[in-house]
Amino acid sequence: MLTLTCPYCGVKAEETELAPGGEAHLKRSGPGSSDEEFESYLFARKNPKGVHFERWRHSYGCGKWFLAARCTATLEVFGTYPAQTPAPTPDILAAIKAKRPEWEGYE
Amino acid sequence: MSTRLSRGGRLIDRSKPMNFTFNGKRLRGFAGDTLASALLGADQMLVGRSFKYHRPRGIVASGVEEPNALLGLGRGARFEPDQRATTTELFEGADTASQNHWPSLDFDVGVVNNWAYRFLPAGFYYKTFMFPRVAWKHLFEPVIRRSAGLGRAPVDRDGDRYEQAYAFCDVLVAGGGVAGLAAALQAARAGKRVMVLEQTPHWGGRAPVDGGTIDGKPVADWIKSAVQDLERMSNVTLRNRCMVAGVHDHGHVIGYERVADHTPGDGRPRHRLWRIRAGEIISATGAIERPLAFAGNDVPGVMLASAVRDYVVNFAVSPGDRTVIVTNNDDAYRTAFALIDAGLIVAAIVDARPSATGDLVQKARARGIRVLEGRGIAKVKGTKRVTGVQICAQAGEGAALEDIACDCVAMSGGWSPVVHLWSHCGGKLIWDEARACFRPDATRPPTGDQGQPMVRAVGAANGALTLPEVLADAGGPAADAPAEGPIAAVWVMPQGAPDALRFKAFLDYQNDVKVSDVQLAAREGYTSVEHTKRYTTLGMATDQGKLSNINGLAVLSDALGQPIPATGTTTFRPPYEPISFGAIAGEARGEIFQPLRRTPMHDWHASQGAHWEPVGLWRRPYCYLRTGEGLQDAVRREIRNTRNAVGLLDASTLGKILVKGPDAGRFLDMMYTNMMSTLPVGKCRYGLMCNENGFLMDDGVVVRLSEDSWLCHTTSGGADRIHAHMEDWLQCEWWDWKVYTANLTEQFAQVAVVGPNARKLLEKLGGMDVSKEALPFMTWAEGTLGGVRARVFRISFSGELSYEIAVPASEGMAFWTRFLEAGADLGVMPYGTEALHVMRAEKGFIMIGDETDGTVIPQDLGLGWAISKKKADYIGKRAQERSHMASPDRWQLVGLETLDGSVLPDGVHAAAPGHNANGQRNVQGRVTSTYFSPTLNKGIAMGLVHRGPARMGEVLDFPVGADKVVQARIVDPVFYDKEGEKGNV
Repeated sequence: MLTLTCPYCGVKAEETELAPGGEAHLKRSGPGSSDEEFESYLFARKNPKGVHFERWRHSYGCGKWFLAARCTATLEVFGTYPAQTPAPTPDILAAIKAKRPEWEGYE
Repeated sequence: MSTRLSRGGRLIDRSKPMNFTFNGKRLRGFAGDTLASALLGADQMLVGRSFKYHRPRGIVASGVEEPNALLGLGRGARFEPDQRATTTELFEGADTASQNHWPSLDFDVGVVNNWAYRFLPAGFYYKTFMFPRVAWKHLFEPVIRRSAGLGRAPVDRDGDRYEQAYAFCDVLVAGGGVAGLAAALQAARAGKRVMVLEQTPHWGGRAPVDGGTIDGKPVADWIKSAVQDLERMSNVTLRNRCMVAGVHDHGHVIGYERVADHTPGDGRPRHRLWRIRAGEIISATGAIERPLAFAGNDVPGVMLASAVRDYVVNFAVSPGDRTVIVTNNDDAYRTAFALIDAGLIVAAIVDARPSATGDLVQKARARGIRVLEGRGIAKVKGTKRVTGVQICAQAGEGAALEDIACDCVAMSGGWSPVVHLWSHCGGKLIWDEARACFRPDATRPPTGDQGQPMVRAVGAANGALTLPEVLADAGGPAADAPAEGPIAAVWVMPQGAPDALRFKAFLDYQNDVKVSDVQLAAREGYTSVEHTKRYTTLGMATDQGKLSNINGLAVLSDALGQPIPATGTTTFRPPYEPISFGAIAGEARGEIFQPLRRTPMHDWHASQGAHWEPVGLWRRPYCYLRTGEGLQDAVRREIRNTRNAVGLLDASTLGKILVKGPDAGRFLDMMYTNMMSTLPVGKCRYGLMCNENGFLMDDGVVVRLSEDSWLCHTTSGGADRIHAHMEDWLQCEWWDWKVYTANLTEQFAQVAVVGPNARKLLEKLGGMDVSKEALPFMTWAEGTLGGVRARVFRISFSGELSYEIAVPASEGMAFWTRFLEAGADLGVMPYGTEALHVMRAEKGFIMIGDETDGTVIPQDLGLGWAISKKKADYIGKRAQERSHMASPDRWQLVGLETLDGSVLPDGVHAAAPGHNANGQRNVQGRVTSTYFSPTLNKGIAMGLVHRGPARMGEVLDFPVGADKVVQARIVDPVFYDKEGEKGNV
């Protein structure tokens, strides 16, 4: 059972307090997008073995959505940060690079 | 014979005898006994029959690794199958029974399988029962299921209670042996918050049996003072009878405490499940002795060498008068000393090593014990009890050199560290050639949330197998014990055992897997240890291969011609030992299995004969039963009364979400398929909500409260989900929009007043103008009704003249009562959810979850009118533009009217010509809602039919059983008051 620190209320929350929301930083495709763009937005997910950015909600806490950078293989958490950002923050990227020098970076 | 010795017994209290029964036989043991030691003390070596061959089986071990001695324990509400006799403490009146035999333990007809062993090899069932296919289900499987299986499931409701607890610590020590105690002392003295969990009732592990000195003191004395020191420290929690069942992500540990297994019925919870978050986990779980594979190594009386000395030293039980010890290592020599010290006879020590020279070996020789070097056991004699062994050269093929009479064989194939907790979260192992065991690889530990090592193995669990090594590894004081010579990696006896011997050399006692089975699997191409496990069942069932795994993979490696580490181990998964379902469920059973949500009128409903229907966590009245009424009668009465007079519905469970802010209109335009921003203040609008995949997920009436606030009604079960859905989009996509949401569902009680007399009833309460002119359909007003602050919504889900009135929840019950009093002469009567469902179906209104199932778009349901054509975007719009969504070739909503007036079964499919690739009939539609309409006095239904609305009047076939077909005509889904005159008054 994971523990993640909610960046809003600062609580180190257990997984039972949280609700998962899948991959983070998806770019929404609405009307006017091509079938390929829309399919990619709705269905295509990275599912890497290693560094992953994902959405979590502190459902049984402050109710806020936040983002987490986590290793899907070892469950190491590189950091959590607010959901109101379109891409991983420089702080998070630096924290990952420090732990995983071989990581290819965010897209 | 096994018997109780007249002296000794470290753990038993002879002043407290205890009576118990085994298969109805009255037996006697002492306080401190396990069921196993008590049975052995009463000469009950035979305790069960094996799984596949029904061979007689006895007690092999003295701890959690015991594969055979699984008993049914207790009766009725306290019956529990598969209780391990070696870890179950004896209590007064214990009622035990053996399992897996018929008709009796001593005479079991299933033993014919034993004589047919050549025909029951690995994969026998897979290979044999292939054809004819139908015979598997009706013939083979029932027979096999009857003869197989461990124990039987309890029938009665569990009479005990269980609980769960949470804890946090810096260091969690799993295991209270000398390594665990030493590690705990070290951590506690450093100021850490420490928890020590020990699965047995005793501290110190097996060190007091094996002997030696720690810190210059006898082992038992050091243990006593260590426990006293720990007990005195306020930062230390000690719990015995508490096993660490699993190590999970980020230091989450599950502890399983057997609180009252040994004191049943004393009022305490039987088990307690601990959920512990630990900074670091120290795995001090010790090691488990391995058996040796020789012919007849499962005959009752063949035991682990360590178990033999445990029974002698701990419980003063003699497993036999005359014991042969067979070993590949020095440790087993301790068993010889324990037996001789107790006045018993050691006929010989059969040592597989060509030359044995350690301190213990020298001591054995000095004490006059006969030591045979380079020898093995060719076979064990006896069936229900050992009568002797045949000795052979270990290097040979089993030619008999001599027979030795004995009634007990103590075997030792070396020790395997208990690496389970290390491995649960991905800790890796290395093969230690010198010690012939897998042990934790300290360079590849399981890691925690910061990537830090999360588990540290110490002592025997880390491969430190002698007392001085254990204490050094655990950071304890210096210890002293005789030096041990090297182990020889011997797995099978003799080395060149022919078929006849290998067929009777068991690796896995619980699953009846022999050396020959594993070798056969290898010949048949099973090279992966995981596949071999599934094929042969090696290492499955309740002991999960604690005795058999290493021996099995050594045999597999040998058959594959590769070193053991190349074969590797199977995966270790929690729990370490079976834990009870009761502990997992804890208090969450019966009434408090899940929370119950109650509306302000809940108790009134209960007092009026409500037949409940669960809706989410709510309970709503399905109908109100009057004396002598059936459900159907009550529902029909409620419908007729509502259609003809006036009905009351408790609609408080409807979701009520307030959406407020400068951008609220814009936001709701994205949430709903229709336009909400243009809804005038004072008006209501029916809204549809889709997910991004275009599918309809919720519906409800949206109310414009003021310039910047809207009230969104959701389905009863959907309020939390829809509120979360809104928050998701607000927080993660349009976070710059100025909108707040609040789920007000429980702040208001809501009453639907429905029927021709509805307006009269509201007027009797007085205080607001509810006339057609002042409050037309789909509008709302705020005021005081009958003295209560109220919002009155003129909306209808039944087609009748209808008002839904929201009042503060605290006044809900009083308000409800006022309607009942004022409406007595207007024929007021409450109605339940079934009447609600029937009336909405009569009007062709859809119900989320009936007409929708996550694959239905609003366009399928004839709800295109509720989809804005003007809006550039809404959630689901892009998805609905996909070709197959826009295609006319979809199943669409229609009404269905049976030709004979009967009620269609729910969910039945309409048949189409032809068959699909699986030989099933093609289908062209299905029933989504179906009821008897008391208003129309016939069955009515709604369904989704391929191009349905274009096929009005067509008759479809609905096969409803093997030979029965019901025919129904496609009609308009609005069955009642098509013009809408009833509500427009």
